[in-house]
Amino acid sequence: MNDRPILSVTGLSARVADEDPDILKGVNLAIRPGEIHAIMGPNGSGKSTLAKVISGHPGYEATAGAVVYQGEDLLEMEPDERAQAGVFIAFQYPVAIPGVSIANFLRTALQARLEDGEELDLFEFQELLMERMELLQMDPSFVQRSLNDGFSGGEKKRNEILQMAVLNPTLAVMDETDSGLDIDALKVVAHGVNALKAENPAMSVLLITHYQRMLNYITPDVVHVMVKGRIVESGGPEVALGLEEQGYEKYRRAQVA
Amino acid sequence: MPSNEVIQGLGLDDYKFGFVTDSEPVFRTRPGLDGDIVRQISARKDEPEWMLKSRLKALRIYDAKPMPQWGGDLSELQDTLDQTYFYVKPQEQMERSWDDVPENIKQTFERLGIPEAERRILAGVGAQYDSEMVYHSLKEEWESKGVIFDSIEDGLKNHPELFRKYFGTVIPAADNKFAALNSAVWSGGSFVYIPPGVQLETPLQAYFRVNQERLGQFERTLIIADEGSRAHYIEGCTAPVYSTDSFHSGVIEIIVHRDAYFRYTTIQNWSNNMYNLVTQRALVHQGAHMEWLDGNLGSKLTMKYPSCYLMGEGAHGDILSIAYAGDGQHQDTGGKVIHVAPNTSSSIVSKSISKGTGRSSYRGLCKVYDGASNSKSNVECDALLINETSRTDTFPYIEIDEKSASVGHEATVSKVGDEQLFYLMSRGLDEAEAMALIVRGFIEPIARELPLEYAVELNRLIELEMEGSVG
Ligand SMILES: Nc1ncnc2c1ncn2[C@@H]1O[C@H](COP(=O)(O)OP(=O)(O)O)[C@@H](O)[C@H]1O
Ligand SMILES: [Mg+2]
Repeated sequence: MNDRPILSVTGLSARVADEDPDILKGVNLAIRPGEIHAIMGPNGSGKSTLAKVISGHPGYEATAGAVVYQGEDLLEMEPDERAQAGVFIAFQYPVAIPGVSIANFLRTALQARLEDGEELDLFEFQELLMERMELLQMDPSFVQRSLNDGFSGGEKKRNEILQMAVLNPTLAVMDETDSGLDIDALKVVAHGVNALKAENPAMSVLLITHYQRMLNYITPDVVHVMVKGRIVESGGPEVALGLEEQGYEKYRRAQVA
Repeated sequence: MPSNEVIQGLGLDDYKFGFVTDSEPVFRTRPGLDGDIVRQISARKDEPEWMLKSRLKALRIYDAKPMPQWGGDLSELQDTLDQTYFYVKPQEQMERSWDDVPENIKQTFERLGIPEAERRILAGVGAQYDSEMVYHSLKEEWESKGVIFDSIEDGLKNHPELFRKYFGTVIPAADNKFAALNSAVWSGGSFVYIPPGVQLETPLQAYFRVNQERLGQFERTLIIADEGSRAHYIEGCTAPVYSTDSFHSGVIEIIVHRDAYFRYTTIQNWSNNMYNLVTQRALVHQGAHMEWLDGNLGSKLTMKYPSCYLMGEGAHGDILSIAYAGDGQHQDTGGKVIHVAPNTSSSIVSKSISKGTGRSSYRGLCKVYDGASNSKSNVECDALLINETSRTDTFPYIEIDEKSASVGHEATVSKVGDEQLFYLMSRGLDEAEAMALIVRGFIEPIARELPLEYAVELNRLIELEMEGSVG
């Protein structure tokens, strides 16, 4: 594996735009091509905030530090530029867009990547879409539904992963994709992510999760523990197993001390 | 004076379709309106005595009625009316050829994705167009079934009894000031008759009518769908109407007889100096079904409330409308459903988009008369605001004199949400593409009811209108 990180986060502090205090307080993280990193942490520790800062959500701003993606200053890029550069976020709470079907949306997103004047081959698009839905064991009629409109929690998560599978990112951030999925659906999603990874070994993944169970199916190279806006421990998969047994209590105490 | 075309502002920010033909008309009346002018119009059209009398009577009603004080701002309308030529006979259309149409106009058509045939008509090129053959075979089919599809003038000339039996029965001159005005000076429009039991698959499209007087200022359309018939009529298109007129006041009367089904689709895009005041109403008899599908873009002020009078037991009326109010425009639209008979049902779905300083108002009436037992009506209006300066209001009037009726009303106002824009952008769409997709999704429930090429046009047109609305 290449040694140069695809994503390096250094000393990143961030807050809700124009609102003190900082939620992230000096986060450091380096993901190399092809690596799978997991971030675990209690509710409210800032995991989603990190995902949103990486995505370029206008509601959040960095107050210190840097985020470099493929050698470029990610924080200077618009959300669509980040996406075009291969960054994908599977959101924890994606919004509904009534009247816009998933198929139409994905077609528009793929078209947006092409040069001006180039037209997406609709036949190839259809093939790709069908193949991805099969991989994720989704009913073909699903993509005719309006984006997240009236979706159950689980459907929203699967829709995010379908988009990820179609858009084929270089860096995928999955924010609590596991919550809201029953164990069977979780296995299907994990299998899908592993298949994508096998197809594109250089794809890097940042897996945000609250529980260890997702990591039984997707094996991380590195596990980070985030508490109160800081990464308090990083290590191998054993860190996650330790958490499973002891919970976050020791980190909380460590912080107070 | 030689024919001299002036192309105005094709820049995409203002009204990009102002296509002004500055040429000597064959005949026009002097500005303003009086009995003499009405007589001239009637004489030009070689009308029977009863029609002249009907026009003159309508003029007296028009003069007596005050300007409406509700809806949009009509305070400047009188000035416009004083300067209006109430009758202009259109010039011969054949003198212009497609090659003469300026390149940028052709490109605009191209961009809008308007079918070739329609482009030619819109550019005033006349009857020589590719789908002429299609039209002829359709026309033969219609004629063999006894369907009448004529200009309103030919309708009066060729089918005087049928015409007289129905004309003005749905919307009498006294209905409102603008109906009176139209009844006095009408010119252009369609006359349609569908015989009992005849079912037409292909929509009757107004632009098929060769050499018609295309959408006159005072268009008048009369449609009779006889018992058990089934048809769809499409007027206008999402393409712009080339007109220098600043006032348009149409009257559309439809009679849907027992167990018949009729759908009237109109999508119009007016230049933004235009007052567009239209009365359109259908009488829906026992077991019959009427659908209005109404799209309004452009104009300075549009006041238009398609209505269904549910006269017979089990009659059903649907009104679907979409309005787009750009900068400085006011779309005051909606629908009216009047339940007269038992077990009648109706629905109104109204969607509006306001951009910039645009304003859209939903104005609707649901009236259920005593005795219209077990009638049901449902109204749903959704407004989408693009900018902080955009405005929308809702004026639902509900009058129910029948205890067993059930009436539902639901109104939502949404702003294009930052979260929605961001979500789409996070998948690689730029802000304008994201905005267009959200708007397209908003109008989808209406667009899907349109024939495909019209849906495509509507979407593209709104996309063009939306350009420059972000950033
Ligand atoms: N948009 C927001 N407005 C106000 N507070 C926020 C917002 N986003 C996050 N926060 C706060 O920041 C902290 C971290 O939230 P979040 O990043 O969602 O945590 P996690 O994903 O780890 O559960 C929480 O205290 C949360 O309430
Ligand atoms: Mg979270």
